[in-house]
Amino acid sequence: CVFAMEEADKTAPSVTDRYYTRWYKTDMKGKPCEDHCILQHSNRICLITLAETHPILQNGRKIKNINYKISDGCSRLNNKVSGKSKRGGQFLTEFAPLCRITCTDNMEYTVFSCIRGRLLEVNEDILKHPDLLLEKPSTDGYIAVILPKLEESKSITNGLLTREQYEEVVSKRTSQQQEPC
Amino acid sequence: QWMFRSLDMDLYEADDQPSCEASDPTQTEDPPSKKLKLETLQAGDDGGTETLTANAEPKVQSEICVACLGVLQDFCDQSYTTQVIIEVLFIFPKLHQSYILLLDNFMLITPGVKIQSGFEVSVGFTHAETDGDCHFLYVATTCSDCFKPTKNKASVFTRMAVVKALEKISDQKFLSNYPCPPVHPATRCTPLDTTLLHASVFIAGRYNKFSRELPQTPWVIDGERRMEGSVEELIAGPLLSSFRADGFNFSSSGREDVDVRTLGNGRPFAMELLNPHRARFNKAEIRQLQETINTSSDKIRVRDLQIVTREAMGRMKEGEEEKTKTYSALIWTKKPITHTDLDFIKNIKELKVDQKTPLRVLHRRPLAVRQRVIHSMSASFLDTHHFKLQLHTQAGTYIKEFVHGDFGRTKPNLCALMDSEVDILELDVESVDVDWPPAVPE
Repeated sequence: CVFAMEEADKTAPSVTDRYYTRWYKTDMKGKPCEDHCILQHSNRICLITLAETHPILQNGRKIKNINYKISDGCSRLNNKVSGKSKRGGQFLTEFAPLCRITCTDNMEYTVFSCIRGRLLEVNEDILKHPDLLLEKPSTDGYIAVILPKLEESKSITNGLLTREQYEEVVSKRTSQQQEPC
Repeated sequence: QWMFRSLDMDLYEADDQPSCEASDPTQTEDPPSKKLKLETLQAGDDGGTETLTANAEPKVQSEICVACLGVLQDFCDQSYTTQVIIEVLFIFPKLHQSYILLLDNFMLITPGVKIQSGFEVSVGFTHAETDGDCHFLYVATTCSDCFKPTKNKASVFTRMAVVKALEKISDQKFLSNYPCPPVHPATRCTPLDTTLLHASVFIAGRYNKFSRELPQTPWVIDGERRMEGSVEELIAGPLLSSFRADGFNFSSSGREDVDVRTLGNGRPFAMELLNPHRARFNKAEIRQLQETINTSSDKIRVRDLQIVTREAMGRMKEGEEEKTKTYSALIWTKKPITHTDLDFIKNIKELKVDQKTPLRVLHRRPLAVRQRVIHSMSASFLDTHHFKLQLHTQAGTYIKEFVHGDFGRTKPNLCALMDSEVDILELDVESVDVDWPPAVPE
């Protein structure tokens, strides 16, 4: 199989391309450009990540702090699941906050769940290495892993945009010459 | 067979015959109080205050035995029994309760004899009146964990679960929740159809998988078959027809993905053939069966096919942590590489890897971190973006995730070690280092 390889590597689909579908939520909660990208695996598990157009990833911003404690009574770090059915995981709705990120320029951003489902884990690596989020936002810098209910695994994408739709939204922004985020 | 020897003349007289009729007249003289106690029991009172005269006749109407629920009373005559070996099933709480009673008062010699046979005749009985008897075991907190609610089974009170709970519960707790002596049943049990069963035959071997489009077990989602065929079906086909079996259970020492080949000596597997109408095969016939499987498909190959015992099935799963496997993978690198970039790989020994449950199986596996060891590796350069990687790892290591890192959830990983995005294009299992089943000389 050495033969197909030479051609393959130019367009080599990555692990993400092969197993995940990209969905997008733009201007989350009306905030301009706060775009999220949801990677949906064929087994229905979803990864919440920052889309490449998110303000945190623009203009060479640096991260000062990432806080998974979203309220006095709730920290995503306390999330514990057990067993095959992942009992105990916090149930999230679309607008449930996952974490708050503060940049060195004191801009504060909240990352949201975007989909309904059970929180399985949040990425603790970015607490120790915030640069991961800046350098590899679509892989090692993911924010959280969510398991939607079996019955809802198809409907959760109803409120989300496909890759093509997302690209349209982005190109409209540039053409309307909006403030770069 | 039950044998009672009386140590303490409290309840029953010494009696060598198996007997279920508590009103059996005694042979020797007995003090009046003895008969009194006998009749108090018969009336179903435990320690009742009714006074009966010493000469009162035992009740004429036949009592249904509290231990066998009538099986030994009414269902043991010639017309009901057959001449083959009978395995009789009792509902357990009654049996257990009597056992405690008898332990206090008698030296009990093993009730029931387990008979090994290739052919089983099951004579079953059902007794609705006492179906709920064992339910108190679920409420008793010490053993409620023996009962696991499953969607598949009709009732959570399976024989295994009840036996486990009875072993766990203390005699005192049992007796405080269940009457001792037991309440006499009002009805006798009713017989179920007699069922006949051939004892399962276990057949083991090793299989190779040469196709990258073949799942090990049938791939079905929402009742729809996603890919035709499977390793287990290809092996089971000829076996089911030769053994004339009704079905099978397939088990193997690990699994490989659909797109992974299994080369070398192959992966050990064992198959339980259910209700085989033909069970005796000599070595030559088994060799013939192996040939038949091998010629039926070029996607798999079977070797060392042999009949084994039920205990042997467990051998495959044992030592799963200690066993090792070797793999060969085709790796793609984003960064262009040279021969020297691969030199460091052969120097890596006993690399400990922490693997969070891979995202691709997380929907059906618990979330956990597993530490695994990669014993050694070697690499062969192919071109500026490809090389072949050989690995010798502990069983249970997820190779694909070690290569691409699974979003950083497997650490360390090959991406980090090579400081480049890498991906796995192909994977082969080169060996499964388990020395069972024993090799069968060709």
